[in-house]
This record gives sequence, structure tokens and C-alpha cells, in this order.
Amino acid sequence: MSDETTVQRFSAMAEKHMDAAYNLARWLTRNPQDADDVVQEAYLRAFRYFGTFRGDDGRAWLLTIVRNTCYTWLKHNRHGDTDVEYDEADASRQGKEDRESPLHGTDPQTLLLRAADGERIDAAIRKLPTEFREVLVLRELEELSYQDIAAVAGIPIGTVMSRLSRARLHLRRILQTMEHQ
Amino acid sequence: MMTMQCAQARPLLPAYGELDVPHALALEAHLAGCPACSEALHAERALGEALRAHAPYHRAPEALRARLRTSLPPAPQGVLQSPVTVAAASARRRQRVLRQWAMPLAAAFVLTIGLNALLAGQREKGLVVDEIVAGHVRSLLAAHLDDVVSSDQHTVKPWFAGKLDYAPPVHDLALKGYPLAGGRLDYVGNRTVAALDYRRRQHIINLYVWPAEKAGRSTPLATTRSGYNLEHWTDDGMNWWAVSDLSADELRSFADLLRATTERPPA
Repeated sequence: MSDETTVQRFSAMAEKHMDAAYNLARWLTRNPQDADDVVQEAYLRAFRYFGTFRGDDGRAWLLTIVRNTCYTWLKHNRHGDTDVEYDEADASRQGKEDRESPLHGTDPQTLLLRAADGERIDAAIRKLPTEFREVLVLRELEELSYQDIAAVAGIPIGTVMSRLSRARLHLRRILQTMEHQ
Repeated sequence: MMTMQCAQARPLLPAYGELDVPHALALEAHLAGCPACSEALHAERALGEALRAHAPYHRAPEALRARLRTSLPPAPQGVLQSPVTVAAASARRRQRVLRQWAMPLAAAFVLTIGLNALLAGQREKGLVVDEIVAGHVRSLLAAHLDDVVSSDQHTVKPWFAGKLDYAPPVHDLALKGYPLAGGRLDYVGNRTVAALDYRRRQHIINLYVWPAEKAGRSTPLATTRSGYNLEHWTDDGMNWWAVSDLSADELRSFADLLRATTERPPA
């Protein structure tokens, strides 16, 4: 019955990391529909290769598969420049959801400031090249260790450090440009 | 201790607090004597805080969650009872697991009841349908379609000898457009059974065969479950279940061909 146990272990792990998987796919594809498709494809792949997985958490392992599925998808669906349409309506909707989150303060002044920041930061991250966006999201939103980021992105830890440093520099510049617009 | 210049220090700033001891010490020493890098560290931290506070975190939409769950092989009771996944986990996590499986469980329950009513109370058959579909899906997902790979019925049939307490009839239907691809053992209705793998273009048909309690032929009964079509009949002293993503019509022709093959002239 080891088959059954495998399925159970996979289901438990799959459930646990659905948000992380979707968040990464969403940031890499920059589109909710594409993120949906990528995550579904990634989960099928993950199930197929689950037998080779050794470990107990599985987040980095699963995110590696999501990340690779995203890149395959980007290669087939985006030609040339990766900077594509920016869904304005969707971004502002997301900003609004953030503002309405019960965890945030209720002071209207603060809310306004946070909303502006949220939308600006969202737009700025979306403008980053994929390689930069990837390490930034894994580090700042998923709070992965440098070691895990290295595993997910398939690069040495030294490269993770320099790439993340450059990503932040890049992001800072984009934010400054936006401020002066 | 190693000495560090600004050029080496800057890339390490985002990793501040996560460095190994030699790098951490060298960076501390550098920061103590370099106001520019100290300021840069301050800016890095502010950016990190702003990102964590304001960058949208995209949670998986409920519709996607539901779709992912149904595309996985069903193992709800296992998740609820498994000593590995549940007993060792915290009470909060247990509640979460229960909540997450409550809907699919309820859905599966309703589905089972509905089907059982249709089958005039043949409760066992409903359970078998579940197992057949689960076995089919698992064989596709887990790359465990065939234990014996052969299009030759005289290779596939003997492979089962000694592995089962019966000899499953194996027929090659390649000339009729349904080539045999192999076979494997599966587990249905509390017993080990033969699963034969047939193909129709790119589609895979799993054919489950095990001895029937009663002799005689029954007319084929078609049903669907989770988008898969199933055909069931008894014949030749055997229970037959065919499952595939083929259209119901094509699966019926497949069943008819098999029934015609196993038909024996009256004694």
C-alpha cells in the first residue's frame, strides 16, 4: 500500500504549498489566467516526479517545478522582449484587496499612503526582468533562504546574492523614475 | 579576519543576518568604518520592509484550489486517518486538513449516493467505480501504466501466471483499431486484479478483469465519473470494467468487440 501513502503524502504537500506555487507563477507570468495554467501543469509534473522527492517540507522542491514550468511557458508564449501588457485594472483591484485586509490599519491617511505604495511597488516589480523578479519574489515574499533560492533558480549561492543585490538596485531605480513622472 | 571593500560589501547587504561567521565579522568591521555602506544597509532594510508590507502576495484562488484537488487521485479518507499526516501534526493543522477536505468529501459522498441510486442500490458497484477511476488516473499520473510492456497477447497473458489466482483472458484487438500495449497488477474491490492497457489513437483504455461471482452474460452498463467513461459487463465468468477518456461511443464499440471475441458458440 506504499502507493496510497505516496498519494497521501503528495496531497498533503500539494495543499500546503498552493499559495506559494500560485504566488510565484503569478509573479513570473504576470497574469492570473496563465498562472492558473502553469500551476496546474506544474502540479501534474510534480505528481509524476514525486517518487524522486526526498525530504519533508517540499516547498523548495515544488517551487523549482513551478519555476521551470513558468520558464517553459514563457519561452513558448513570449517572443522577444519579456515586458508585456500590464493589466492596470487587475493591479488596482489587487491593491484594493491589500488595503482592505484586516491586518492593516484603518486610519484613512495611512490607508491612502499604503495603497499608493502597494500599487507603485507592484508596478515596479512587474517591470523587472524575469530573472530579477524571480529572486526578489522568492526572497522578499516567500522568505526563502539563499540556499533554497539557489536550488529553486538553479544557480550558485554567490549568484543569488549578486542577482538579488542587482534586482534591488534595479527596483530602486524604477521606483525613483516613477516618482519623478 | 578578512578585510572587505565597499564593492564586496554591497552585494552582501541584503543577506545581512544570514551570513556565515567570517563574512558577518568582515562586514561588521567594514560597516563600522564606512558611513556610505551603513547608509546603504539602512536603505536596503527599508526597501525590504516596504516590499514585505506592500508587495501583493497572490494567494491561490479558490477555483484553482478546487481544480487541483479534483485532478489529484482521491485519497480523502487516507488524509483524515493517516497517522503520518495527522497524528503528528498540531491541532490547528488538523483542523485545516479537515476543513480543506470537507467539501471534496461531501461532494464525493453526494456523488456516490446519486450513482448508487441509479444503480438500484448496488452500493459495492459504486465503490468499485471509484476504485477503477482512481486506478486509471493513478496509472496515468504515476507513470505506472504497464508492468509488462507488450502488444503480444501471448506475452502478456503468461506474465500474469503465478501473480493472480486466475487467468485473465487477453485478446489482441490491434486489427480492430484497439492495440494491446501491456498489462499490470492493480488492486480493486479488496483483491489483486489484472489491468490491461489498450490504446485508441492517443487515448489509453484500462481494462480491469477479475472473476465474477456468478456465471452468465450481462448487458454492458455505461457510466461516467470525473469526466471518464466506464463500461461494465460480466461475461466468460469474469467481471469486466473498461475506463478511458475516450468518448462513450468509442468505449462502447471497444466493449462490444471484446464481448464478440469472448462469445462462445452454444455447447
